[in-house]
Amino acid sequence: MGMECLVLGAGQEVGKSCVVVTINGKRIMFDCGMHMGYDDHRRYPDFSLISKSRDFDHSLDCVIITHFHLDHVGALPYFTEVCGYNGPIYMTYPTKALAPLMLEDFRKVLVDRRGEEEQFTSLHILQCMNKVIPVNLKQTVQVDDDLQIRAYYAGHVLGAAMFYAKVGDSAMVYTGDYNMTPDRHLGAAQIDRLQLDLLITESTYATTIRDSKYAREREFLKAVHKCVAGGGKVLIPTFALGRAQELCILLDDYWERMNLKVPIYFSAGLTIQANMYYKMLISWTSQKVKETYATRNAFDFKHASHINACLQVKSNIVGAFVQALCPLIVYDDDVCTSISIIVISGSFVASLIFHNFDRSLINAPGPCVLFATPGMISGGFSLEVFKQWAPCEMNLVTLPGYCVAGTVGHKLMSGKPTKIDLDKDTQIDVRCKSFKAINPVLEVRAWRSRSVVFPEHTCPHTDSKGIMDLVKFLSPKNVILVHGEKPKMGSLKERIQSELRIPCYLPANCDTVCIPSTICVKAHASDAFIRSCLNPNFRFLKRSKEDNSYEVSRNTNATATLEVNDERIAEGILIMEKGKKARVVHQDDLLLMLGQKKHDVQFAYCCPAQLDNLEETRNRDDALSLTNKCSWLQLLFKELSNYLSGVNIQDLGEHLQVESFLVSVCLKDNCPYRITDHTKKESATVFFCCTWSAADEKLAREIISAMERFNLSGN
Amino acid sequence: MKFTCLSKGSGFHFPPCHILDVSGFRILLDCPLDLSALTIFSPVPLDFHPKLEEETCDFAVHNSFDMRKRQRIEKSLHADSLICAQPWYKTPKNLHLWDPSSIDLVLISSTMGMLGLPLLTQTKGFSAKIYVTEATARLGQLMMEDLVLMHSEFQQFYGSESNSPQWMNWEELELLPSALREVALGKDGMELGGWKPLYSSADVEDCLKKVQTLKYAEETCYNGILVIKAFSSGLEIGSCNWTINGPKRNVACISSSSFFSAHAMEFDYHALQGNDLILYSDFSSEGVLTNDEHENNYSASNTNNSLTLRDVSGEKDDWIKLKEGLLSNDGSLEEREKLAFICSCAVDSVKAGGSVIIPLNRLGIVLQMLEQIPVYLESSAVKVPIYIISSVAAELLAFTNVIPEWLCKERQEKLFSGEPLFSHFELMKQKKLYVFPAVHSPELFLRLGPVVQLLRRWHGDENSLLVLEDGLDTDMALLPFKPMAMKVLQCSFLSGIRLQKIHPLLEILQPKVVLFPDDLRKQIKFSSSHSFSVFYYFENETLGVPKLKGSVDLEIVANIDTQFSWRKLNHDDMDITGLEGQLLINHGKHQVLLGNEVSNFSRRKPLLYWGLPDLEKLLAVLSKMGVKGSIEQGMSDAESGSGEIVHIHEPSKALIEVRATKTVISAHDERLATLIFEAIGTLMDGI
Repeated sequence: MGMECLVLGAGQEVGKSCVVVTINGKRIMFDCGMHMGYDDHRRYPDFSLISKSRDFDHSLDCVIITHFHLDHVGALPYFTEVCGYNGPIYMTYPTKALAPLMLEDFRKVLVDRRGEEEQFTSLHILQCMNKVIPVNLKQTVQVDDDLQIRAYYAGHVLGAAMFYAKVGDSAMVYTGDYNMTPDRHLGAAQIDRLQLDLLITESTYATTIRDSKYAREREFLKAVHKCVAGGGKVLIPTFALGRAQELCILLDDYWERMNLKVPIYFSAGLTIQANMYYKMLISWTSQKVKETYATRNAFDFKHASHINACLQVKSNIVGAFVQALCPLIVYDDDVCTSISIIVISGSFVASLIFHNFDRSLINAPGPCVLFATPGMISGGFSLEVFKQWAPCEMNLVTLPGYCVAGTVGHKLMSGKPTKIDLDKDTQIDVRCKSFKAINPVLEVRAWRSRSVVFPEHTCPHTDSKGIMDLVKFLSPKNVILVHGEKPKMGSLKERIQSELRIPCYLPANCDTVCIPSTICVKAHASDAFIRSCLNPNFRFLKRSKEDNSYEVSRNTNATATLEVNDERIAEGILIMEKGKKARVVHQDDLLLMLGQKKHDVQFAYCCPAQLDNLEETRNRDDALSLTNKCSWLQLLFKELSNYLSGVNIQDLGEHLQVESFLVSVCLKDNCPYRITDHTKKESATVFFCCTWSAADEKLAREIISAMERFNLSGN
Repeated sequence: MKFTCLSKGSGFHFPPCHILDVSGFRILLDCPLDLSALTIFSPVPLDFHPKLEEETCDFAVHNSFDMRKRQRIEKSLHADSLICAQPWYKTPKNLHLWDPSSIDLVLISSTMGMLGLPLLTQTKGFSAKIYVTEATARLGQLMMEDLVLMHSEFQQFYGSESNSPQWMNWEELELLPSALREVALGKDGMELGGWKPLYSSADVEDCLKKVQTLKYAEETCYNGILVIKAFSSGLEIGSCNWTINGPKRNVACISSSSFFSAHAMEFDYHALQGNDLILYSDFSSEGVLTNDEHENNYSASNTNNSLTLRDVSGEKDDWIKLKEGLLSNDGSLEEREKLAFICSCAVDSVKAGGSVIIPLNRLGIVLQMLEQIPVYLESSAVKVPIYIISSVAAELLAFTNVIPEWLCKERQEKLFSGEPLFSHFELMKQKKLYVFPAVHSPELFLRLGPVVQLLRRWHGDENSLLVLEDGLDTDMALLPFKPMAMKVLQCSFLSGIRLQKIHPLLEILQPKVVLFPDDLRKQIKFSSSHSFSVFYYFENETLGVPKLKGSVDLEIVANIDTQFSWRKLNHDDMDITGLEGQLLINHGKHQVLLGNEVSNFSRRKPLLYWGLPDLEKLLAVLSKMGVKGSIEQGMSDAESGSGEIVHIHEPSKALIEVRATKTVISAHDERLATLIFEAIGTLMDGI
C-alpha cells in the first residue's frame, strides 16, 4: 500500500507545521500549527485538503503535536473546536501543560492588539486541551489495533518530542523541532535505531536569523548594559509569555558573557503557575538538572550559592532557576520564599526566585533589570514600577513593538513625552530613556538554540550536521524535509542523496509525496529452519599472499594463515499452499512432509594421475598398500595445496576434501567411474576416485584437470 | 515453557515470587523480603538510644524493667521469648534453592518486590538483567536505604556479627516458642535457609547500578528475542504488570492490581489483551473464604475489605465491622470511607488529648492520609501538628510531586491546571505538617524505627490511637508493648483484584491459557463456558505449559526486484521455492533479508531432489539432447546394492548409476555431465 504524505504547512518554509501521513490506510496529522506571518486564511493549514466533506473524524485516525510552540500547536483549537475534529490528540505531558498557556497568551494578543475577531475562545482552548491524551517518552501507545505511536526525547523545548508511528510493517518518524546537542537545561534528542520507511525531519539551519535582527538585538543589549553600568534600573514590560522568553535568553547569555552581576528580576505577575510546571516536569529537563534534584546532596543545600557551585553555572538566571528547585528540596521558608517567575522560552523554561521581591525593592539602591507585566504599561505592576522609575534619567524602559492607543506604552512610543498624564490627578515626569522593542509581537522563532543569537559563538554547521547525523543514524528508506528555507533545504537534500544515498523530497505546501513501502511476506518458520540458520557456518580459508579477493581477515596478526569465516546463511524452502499461510521450512521438513526420501545427484570420476616412482612402490609387499594409499594421497595433498593456494583442503586420512569434492585412492581394477579409455595400462598411473555434488561442479572440474596433469613425485 | 511458584507471599508487603522459563530464558518475577518475619525479634531495648536527636530522647528514659514485667498473654509467648539479636531477613521460601547464576532476567513489579534484590545482586555469579520501572526503582531505593538505616540501630546495639547468629543454632531454635519457631523455620521446617543478613548501603547502590529502568509501556528487548513491557497495575506508584513476548509465546503476568487508585496510575488492563498466556499471581483474595467460616453471613467479596476496630487491651476479641458502600463496584467509595473513618478516629483521639501513631507503610495510603487528616482537623477546629518522622519522607514527598506521568488521572489534571500534584508542600508551608528527617523512620512491623520509641511512650495512654494494617499478627507485633491501653485501629485496604472481578477480567483479556493459583481454586470456579484453559499451580511445584504455537512467525523482506523461481510440485497442490538470505532476530521478530544477487543464488544452491528418475524417460530426454545410451540389464552387485546403470556412448563415454537414494553421473566431459544432470533434473521433483 505504501505511504502518502500530504504537506499542509511548513513545506519549504517555516511556520504552520502540519503534515498528514497515510500509512497503510491509517491517517495521522503531525502538528497543527499556525503561521505568524499571515493574518488571513493562510494563517491556518488548508484542512479542506484532508477531507472535502470536512468529516475529519473519519478521515483522520489521530493528531500528534510535537511541542508547544505556536507554529506547531497554534491551529489546534481552531481545528478541534471550529472545524470539529473530535478524534484523539496526543502530546507529551509538558506540552499538554504548557500549550494552553501559549495559546491563551496568543489569543489575548490577537484580540487586544489587533482588535481582531477571535478565531477561538478561551473556552475553545480549554475544551480542546481536554481532548488531549498525554503520553510519556518511549511509551508505546496503541492508538487502535493497527496504529502504534511512540514519543522520543527531542530537546529543543521542554516536552518536545519526535514521534514514531507504525502501521503493519511500515514505520516512520516525524521529528518536529529537535536539538542534537544538549544545552544547559535540556538534553540532546534521543531515539532508538528504528527500521523506518520514512523520516520527516525539520531542516532549519542556525543561519535562519536575519542579520538585521542581530543588529537590533545588540543595540538592545548595549542600551541595557549602558543603563545598568550607569547604576540605572531597566524596566522591561512584557506579556506573560512569548517575547519575555526571548529577551530573557538574550540577557542571560549576555550576562554570562559579560560576567555581569546585576540582578534580573521578574515580577510576580509573570505566570507564577508556570513555576509549578517546571517543578513537576523536572524529569523532562537535562540530565544535569535532574541529577541535581536526584542526588541526595541536593537536599542538604541551604543556600543558592552552593547549588550554583554544584552546577558550575555562573549565570544569574540559571542560578536562580536552580533555586526554584529548592522549595522541592528544602522546606524551611527562609531559603526560597515567595515569588517565583517562570519564563517559558524558545529553548528552555527557567524560573527565578528572589527574596521577597516586594514593592520596597522598587526603590532599592543599585541597578537591576526587571521584567514586569503587562506589556503595554496599561496598569498593574509594570505601571507601578514605571511611575517610580520614570522620573530618573539613569533608568531605561523598553517598549513592546505594539501598544494599544491610550496606554502608557503607546504614549511613549508615539513621541518623546516628558510628562504623561495618567489620569486627571496623576502626572508622571518622564526623564528615563526608552528603547523600542526589538521583536514584533510574537514573531516566529525559527532558530533552534539560544546560541544562534550570537553568530560568533556558534558553529554554523552544527545544525545541518545534527540533521545529517540523525538521518544517518536512522538510515530510513526515504527522507522528507519540511520546516526550513528552500535554498538551504535544497542543499541538504543534495547531501542526503549523495552522501547517504537516501531518496529525499522537498514537498511544498499542499503537495503530496507517495512512498512505496517494503514488501514483506509473513510466513511461519519451522524450528528446524530457525535452528539451521543459527548453526555456525564456518569456512576455513587459507590466506593467500597474492589473492586478496577473499575477505580481509579480522585478525590483523601477520602470523595467522588460516582465516575462519562464520557467515551464517538462512537457507530454506518457502511453501505456498492454497488456503494456508506461507511456510518456511528446512529441507528435511519438506521431505518429511512429502513422505519422500532425499535423492542425491552426484558426480563421480575416477581420475588417473602419473606417478614417477610407482615401480618402486609396486615392488614392495602388498601389505604395504594401505601405507601406499596414504602416501599417494599425501603426495596429491601436497600438489593440490600448491595448486589451490587459498583454498582449504582437509586431509581426512582416507580421503581429501575440498568443499563437497572428495578424493580417495582407487585400487579397484574395474571402477565403474573410470570412464576414460585408458586402454594401455601404464604402469606409472594411480587412480583417484572423485565424487562431488552439483554445487561444486566448477571447482571439481578444475581440480580434475589439474590432477590429470600432475606428475606426483615421491622424492 | 515452565513455571514455578517459589512463594505465594502474603499480602501487600510480601508479594509472590516466581520463576518462569520462556524461550530458553529463566526469568525471576520479583525478589521481596518477608518483613513480617521480623516480629520474632525483640526491638532494641529501651535503655539504648544511639545518637537520638533531642525530640525523641526525652521519652527514652523509662526503665528497662518494664520489659520483663510484661504479663504473659500466652503460655508459650511473651515479650521475653522474642529473639534478642540483630535481625536477619527472610527471603522468599524457595528462592535460595535456585542457582542465581542460572537466572537470565529479573522483572520487578513493585517496590515491595524489590527489597530483596540487593541480596541477589551481591551473589557471586549473578549476572541477570534486571528491569524495574523508573518510579519503582526510585521508591525502592528510598525504602532500602531506609531499611539499612533503621537496621543500623540494631547493629550499633549488638555490634557486627561475622558468622551465623546464635539463634540459628538448632538447640536455640528448639527452645523457641512454637509460634516463633514456625516463623523461623516455616511450617514444613524448610525455610531456615532463606534467612539472610541485611545488605549494606553499598550493596543497595551497587544493586541499583545493575537495574535497568523503564517507563510504563516502554518496549525493551532482551537478547533480541524477548520483548518486555511494563504496564501500570494501579496498586502503587510505579508498580506494574509485565508482558513478555517471545517468538512462540506471549505472556502477561498479573500481579496484585487495583482498579481504583487515588494516587498511582490506573490499572492498564487493556494493554494486557492479546497475550495467549496469563500468569495470574494476585493472591490478595486468598483466605477470604477461611475468614468466612465465622463470618458466613457476608459474601466473600465484602469480608476482604472489612474495617475492624480492635481493642487489644481486653482479652475479648471485639471486632467492630464497618460495611458500607458495598454497592460501589470498584471499591473506590469503600476505600475512601475507610480513610475517612481512620481520619475521624484520629480526630477523636486527638480531641480526647491522645496522640495518634500511623506507621508509614503503604505510600499511597500515607499520601492520602497526609492530605485528609489536616482537612478533618480543620473542620473540627482542632489545631494539632502532624509530624512525619522519617529519613526519607522529605525525599519521598518531593519525589511524588514531580512524577505526574506515574499518577492517576485526577492528579494529572492538577498538572494541567498548574496545581501541585499533592498538597504536602502547602501543608508544610502552613505549618500544619512537619517532616523530621532526624530520627530513624517508618515502622517495619513495629520492630524497626522510631515507632518503637513512640509506642513505648504512649502504649499506656488510653486516649491514644495506633493505626495498623490488617494481616499483621497483632499479638506478636504488639508483644513488646503489652499491656496496651492504647486503642488499636486495624484496617485493611484493597490490595488487589477482588474475587468477583477476576473472571470478568480474564474474559476481557481473552487468553488461551491461564496459570492460576491453586489456593484460589475454592474461591473462584471458572465456568465451563470460558474460552481459556486453566492450569492450577502450587508453591514450589514446576508446571510445564504445553506449546501453543509450533512455529515461529517469520517476515521475509524482499526487494522489489527479487523474483522467486516457483516450482509446482507434481502431486500436491503446492508451490515451493528456495529461499536464501540472512536471518535477523531483532526485537523478538524473525526476519529473513533475501540476497539480491540471483546469480549468487543459483550457484551456491545445493540442489535437493527426491523420488526416483525413470530410466526410460531419462533415455528419451537424453536422446532429444543428442545423447545416446543404453541401460545395463540385470546388474546386481553385492557391494553397490541394487542399482541400475545407464551407459552413455555418444557423444562420449559416460555412466549414470541410479540407486534408491542416489544417482551418480560419471563423465569425463564436463558439458556432457551437465547435460545429463539437467536431464535428470527435469524428471525429478526437486528444488
